[in-house]
Amino acid sequence: MSGLELQDVTKRFGDFTAVDGVSLKIPQGTFVCMLGPSGCGKTTLLRMIAGLEEPTGGAIVLDGGDITPIPTHKRDFGMVFQSLALFPHLNVGDNIAYPLRIRGIAKAEQRRRVDELLAMIHLKGYGDRPVSRLSGGQRQRVAIARALALSPRLFLLDEPLSALDAKLREAMQVELRQLQQQLGVTTIVVTHDQREAMTMADMVVVMGEGRIRQAAPPVQIYRKPADAFVADFIGSTNLIPLGRDGTLLGRPAPGLALTVGADGGKLSIRPEDVQLVAPGAGEFTGTVTFVRDLGGTIETFVDVGGTPVTAVATPRERPGFKPGDAVGVTLPLQSCVVLKG
Amino acid sequence: MRREPPRGLADYAPLAFPAIMLVVFFVVPFSTMIAVSFFQRDAAGFYSPAFTLDNYERFLSAFFGNVLGFSIMLAVMVAVVCVLVAFPFTYLLSQASRRVQIVWLVAILSVLSLSEVIIGFAWSTLFSRTAGITNLLVMAGLMGEARALTPGFGAVLTAMVYQALPYTVLVLYPAIVRRDPTLLEAARTLGASPLRAFLNVVVPALRNTIVATLIMVFVFALGSYLLPQILGRPQHWTLSVLITDQAIYQSNMPFAAAMAVFLVLMSLALVGLTLLVGGRREAQA
Repeated sequence: MSGLELQDVTKRFGDFTAVDGVSLKIPQGTFVCMLGPSGCGKTTLLRMIAGLEEPTGGAIVLDGGDITPIPTHKRDFGMVFQSLALFPHLNVGDNIAYPLRIRGIAKAEQRRRVDELLAMIHLKGYGDRPVSRLSGGQRQRVAIARALALSPRLFLLDEPLSALDAKLREAMQVELRQLQQQLGVTTIVVTHDQREAMTMADMVVVMGEGRIRQAAPPVQIYRKPADAFVADFIGSTNLIPLGRDGTLLGRPAPGLALTVGADGGKLSIRPEDVQLVAPGAGEFTGTVTFVRDLGGTIETFVDVGGTPVTAVATPRERPGFKPGDAVGVTLPLQSCVVLKG
Repeated sequence: MRREPPRGLADYAPLAFPAIMLVVFFVVPFSTMIAVSFFQRDAAGFYSPAFTLDNYERFLSAFFGNVLGFSIMLAVMVAVVCVLVAFPFTYLLSQASRRVQIVWLVAILSVLSLSEVIIGFAWSTLFSRTAGITNLLVMAGLMGEARALTPGFGAVLTAMVYQALPYTVLVLYPAIVRRDPTLLEAARTLGASPLRAFLNVVVPALRNTIVATLIMVFVFALGSYLLPQILGRPQHWTLSVLITDQAIYQSNMPFAAAMAVFLVLMSLALVGLTLLVGGRREAQA
């Protein structure tokens, strides 16, 4: 297979298992975001792919060849570190030229390639500047250009945008995605920011406790989360417990009864899918407990027989509910996902 | 935090204590020495106040010039060897486990408790013909017969490096421990072998620390006067030995003071030159 394949990759530090038997196929040219809370093993997995950590078990296969025993400096990957790790004693141009210099590429060719990369990251003419005189966003781009200088077989980024402020981060996400599409390089980004993952990725890999919880395109992850962990981690969701007999909020729910196992489960529905209607008109009746009007959207918190349900809508769609109002609640079946456990 | 500029006399009060210490323990003795260096030697007594340049004139001879040159060369060599040995050592130490680091640091600190005299005589025994390390080489069959390695330049250099090494390690240690470990990893992902990454990323990134350490060891070694006497021949004696000789055995305090002033000026000049060269490279980078 052309692309990267992880086969049962495991990493233990003493008694602690950081990565627990991860298997994944990443086709050539895919943009993958590894997403998860801190300590879920995503950075360790990335470092193993880069060769900076040795797996305790399993194999990492690239384009059909096992790269597990190959040392980092012979893998020809590009990596961007969270700290960026720009060399403080070299100027911008020399930083970008470093991988070329190491490989003994002719000076003139080095210069040509550096100019090309500087143009690509919109920093033309910055080659002679010291790294310390750059802004955060500029450093970020230099780190990216340095990692791409050799046209790497894999492009790895560890929380690359976490040091930037919110606005710049969003702009860089778009820029990074466009750059990746232009170059067609297989890219793996580790992040804990789900917006970042949704913006950039072809495939989102949600990790928890060292395992892959779900690997799928972003919209599918959002619409069809595999379990409660994924549903809760990606965006906000209502997790409503289902009764053992297939009842929902104390009422029989015929459409759901079939899919629920004997030990019950949870129903996940996104707040924007919850419909609030006039009292008596919906499937359920509840009381509004709190309204958060954010201008662009309104979040309405409803108590349905003791279970909290959150609904989000734009002001145009949903005018005026006040705390204390009785309200009808409809949960459209096609938007609901039944989760085990 | 924004600092207000000091206004009243009270705002300067915290400076009083360090200022007094500096005056009492540095300015006064140093000024006395400079003053004495212009005095005249009194053969019958000690010295008498005067203003004469004779002491400096006497210093400007080939003999004292050679001794000064040798002292500086020796101090430079000690500094360079110390950093060459201590840097890789400290780097490897920083990668060891916490417990190993503590054991090594305690061992290194304990070397500091040895006096210069003990170090000198320990090395003179180790370098002797009858009980020295050459006997081990003979036993191992690497050497025909045991011989004395002292007195000699090698013996002086070894003992001085031994004495200065703990300081070198202790000065390098904090900077090396706090370095950004991802620099090395970044260099490796970019295609540099571990050794290459160490040489062209880790070392240059710590250049300021290395320069500061070189200066510290240089100044430290410049004042050494016991080890060259114990382990060296007269041609290995440093200016400090001659200063002691003049001040204590020849009772020529003005001439000793003049030599000391000269030594201070030369070392200041060298330190300044080093900083200047380091600073210029910084500006280019």
